[in-house]
Amino acid sequence: MQTTAHRFTEKASAALADRELQGMLQQMRVHVPERRQAAVDALPEFETLRDRGRAIKDHVIANLDFYLERFEAKVTAAGGKVHWCADAAEARDTILGICRKAGARTVTKGKTMVGEEIAINAHLERHGMIPVETDLGEYIIQLRDEPPSHIIAPSFHVSAAQVADTFLEHHTHLDPKRPLGDIADLLSEARGILRSRFLAADVGITGANFLVAETGSTVIVTNEGNGDLTQTLPGVHIVLAGIEKVVPTLEDASTIMRILARSATGQEMSVYTTFSTGPRRPEDPDGPAEYHVVLLDNGRSAVLGTEFQDLLRCIRCGACLDHCPIYHAVGGHSYGSVYGGPIGAALTPALVGLEKSLDLPNASTLCGRCESVCPMRIPLPKMLRNWREAAFDRHLMPARARWGLKLWAFLAKRPALYRRISGAGARFLAWRGGKAGRIASLPFAGGWTRWRDLPAPEGETFQARWRRERGGA
Amino acid sequence: MSGARAKIMDSIRRGLHRGAPDEAARAECEARLARHASGPIPARGQLDSEGQVALFAKMAEGVSATVERLEGYEDVPAAVARYLKANNLPAEIRLAPAPMVAQLDWSSQPLIEVTAGASDGSHKVGLSPAFAGVAETATLMMVSGPEAPTTLNFLPDHHLILLPRSRLFGAYEEAWARLRAGYGEGEMPRTVNLVTGPSRSADIGHVPQLGAHGPRRLHILIVDDEAAPER
Repeated sequence: MQTTAHRFTEKASAALADRELQGMLQQMRVHVPERRQAAVDALPEFETLRDRGRAIKDHVIANLDFYLERFEAKVTAAGGKVHWCADAAEARDTILGICRKAGARTVTKGKTMVGEEIAINAHLERHGMIPVETDLGEYIIQLRDEPPSHIIAPSFHVSAAQVADTFLEHHTHLDPKRPLGDIADLLSEARGILRSRFLAADVGITGANFLVAETGSTVIVTNEGNGDLTQTLPGVHIVLAGIEKVVPTLEDASTIMRILARSATGQEMSVYTTFSTGPRRPEDPDGPAEYHVVLLDNGRSAVLGTEFQDLLRCIRCGACLDHCPIYHAVGGHSYGSVYGGPIGAALTPALVGLEKSLDLPNASTLCGRCESVCPMRIPLPKMLRNWREAAFDRHLMPARARWGLKLWAFLAKRPALYRRISGAGARFLAWRGGKAGRIASLPFAGGWTRWRDLPAPEGETFQARWRRERGGA
Repeated sequence: MSGARAKIMDSIRRGLHRGAPDEAARAECEARLARHASGPIPARGQLDSEGQVALFAKMAEGVSATVERLEGYEDVPAAVARYLKANNLPAEIRLAPAPMVAQLDWSSQPLIEVTAGASDGSHKVGLSPAFAGVAETATLMMVSGPEAPTTLNFLPDHHLILLPRSRLFGAYEEAWARLRAGYGEGEMPRTVNLVTGPSRSADIGHVPQLGAHGPRRLHILIVDDEAAPER
C-alpha cells in the first residue's frame, strides 16, 4: 500500500490553511453526526445489534480458516473461481491476468477500498487498459488524479464548483458553454457519460462488503447502482475483497447490514445491497459469464493474535472519521494513507509498518468518540495508545519527543519538583493570558496558537487547589 | 495461486495459535451454519398484514419511492397506463418475462407497446415482479433468473415493481427463509438485489440527488393477491 503518512504534519498544516476544505469540514462536524444519531434513535434495537455484530465478527475471526474454506468451496460449486493473494503485488497480477485473458480494453470499477489499497488502477493503466471508476465520487477524484479523502465519500473534499471545473476540463467533447451551475446538471452529465462506459466495458471490478460462507455469495452495498451495472453488464466480474470480510450466514449479513448503513450515512438501509453467487446461469438472460473472487491478505492475517486483532472487525463504515475532531480539522488527505481517520491511524501501521506511519497514532486526542460510535465497538483509542507505546519501545520516536517524555517522566517521579515547576508554569500562563484568559501567541507553541487561542490556566495547579481546599488529604 | 493459499492459511493458524480446526471446532461452525439463527429482529416490522403494508408505504415514502395499492392483477395495466401518462412518458413498457407479469391482460390498454426481456439501456420504463418485500425498511428483494433480468432493475429510468401482498414480510430474515424454501439450503440465484428506493448520490456538493446511475423513480404496486404464486 502506497503511503505518504510520514508527511502528516506538513499535510495537516496545509489542510488547516485551506479555506475551501475547512468550509466543507465545518458542515460535516454538525450534520453528519446528527444524521447518524437520528437513524440510531429510530431503531431501539441498535445497541443490541451492535453487540450481536461484534459477536459474529469475533466468532469468524476465531474460525477464519474454516469460513474462508467454506466460502471458497461454495464459490467453486456455483461456477466461480477464488484467487488467494498474499500481498498487493499478487493481487494486481492476478487481476491483470484475468483482464488480459478476457482481452479487456476498458475495465469499469465499483468503489473498492481494497482496490485503492493495492493501487490497481495504475497497474492496469501501465499495461494498456483503461480503468473507469463508476462511483460518482471515485469518478470525480479519478479525473482529478487524487486519492480518496473518506472511506465512503471519496470526493468529500471537492466542492460542487470544483466538480464543474473538473467536468469542463475533461469532458471536452461537450459544449463548453453548457450550464453546470446546478448539482442536477453535473449529476446528469456524469450519468450520461458513465452509462456509455458501463455498456462498453469488458471487465467489471467491485469490492465486497461481505462474503457469505453459507452460500458463496459476495455482497456489495451502494446507493448509486454503479456497482450493479459494473458487475452485470461486462462478460467478466472480478470481486476484490480482504479475507476478513467473510460472515457465516445470510442472517449474519442481515444483522450487520442493519448497523452498517445507519453508521455510514444515517440511512435506514442503503439503496442497493446485492448478493452475487457465481457467473450467470445457463438460463439467465443477463449477467457475467465469468465470476472471480480475489481474496487479499496483505498484512491482515499477521494482525491475528496481536493486540490489534479487533481491527479485523471493521466494516469500513467511516463513522469514526465522521466523529473525529482531528479528521474534522485536517480532512482525509492529511493522513497520507488509503485509510484515514481513527481506523486508518490504527490500521495503517499494521499494514505498512509503524516506521512509515509514525505520526498517525499521534493524530488523535484519544477523546473516545470513535469507539463510542464504532458499530463493531473496536477499541480504537486503546490501539492508538498501543502504537504510541510501540513507537517508544522500538526507539522510533523523534529524539525531541523522546527527550520530552523522558524529561516529563523525570519530573513526574519527583513530586516536590513537579509541583514547583507546574505551579510556576500555571502562574506564568495565567499572567500571560491576562483578563481574557486566552493566549494568542506563545513561544514554542506556535503550532497551537496559530490556529486557535490557548486557554490560560487560572494561576493555580489542580494539586495546589486540592491542597488548599481539602487540607492536603 | 495455491502457494498463496497455503501461506495465508498458515499465517491465520499461526496467529490463532493452533493448527487446522479440530473436530469440535468444525462441528460447532457446521452447526452454526445449519442453524443460520437470526440476530435481533427489530420489533417495528412485526405487525399484522395491514400494519406491514402501512409501514412499508411509510418507509417507502421516506426513501422517495412511491407506492400504489391494487385490488388484483387485473388492475395492473391500467395502473401502468396512469403512471406513463402522469409522468409524460411514451406508451412503452419493458416487462420481465415472469409468469406473474406475462399473464397480465393488456387488451384494455391497446396503445401501450409491450415487450419482454432483458434491457440494453434503450428502455425508459421497466416492470418486474419482486420476490419479496420487507416492511422494516421498504426493501424489495429482486432475484435473477430466466423470468427476471437484473438489467431491468438498473437500466430503465423508471422502475415499476409488482409486489404481491402475500410476499410482504416484516424483516429481511423472513424473506431469506422464503428464498431458502424456493432454492434450497445454501443455494442462491446468481443475483439477489435488495432495493430500497430509487438510485441516489450525495457525492457532488454533499447534496442528495436521485437517479445517479440506476432508476430515477421507483414505483411499487402492491397487489392484493389471494396466496403466494409459486415461482
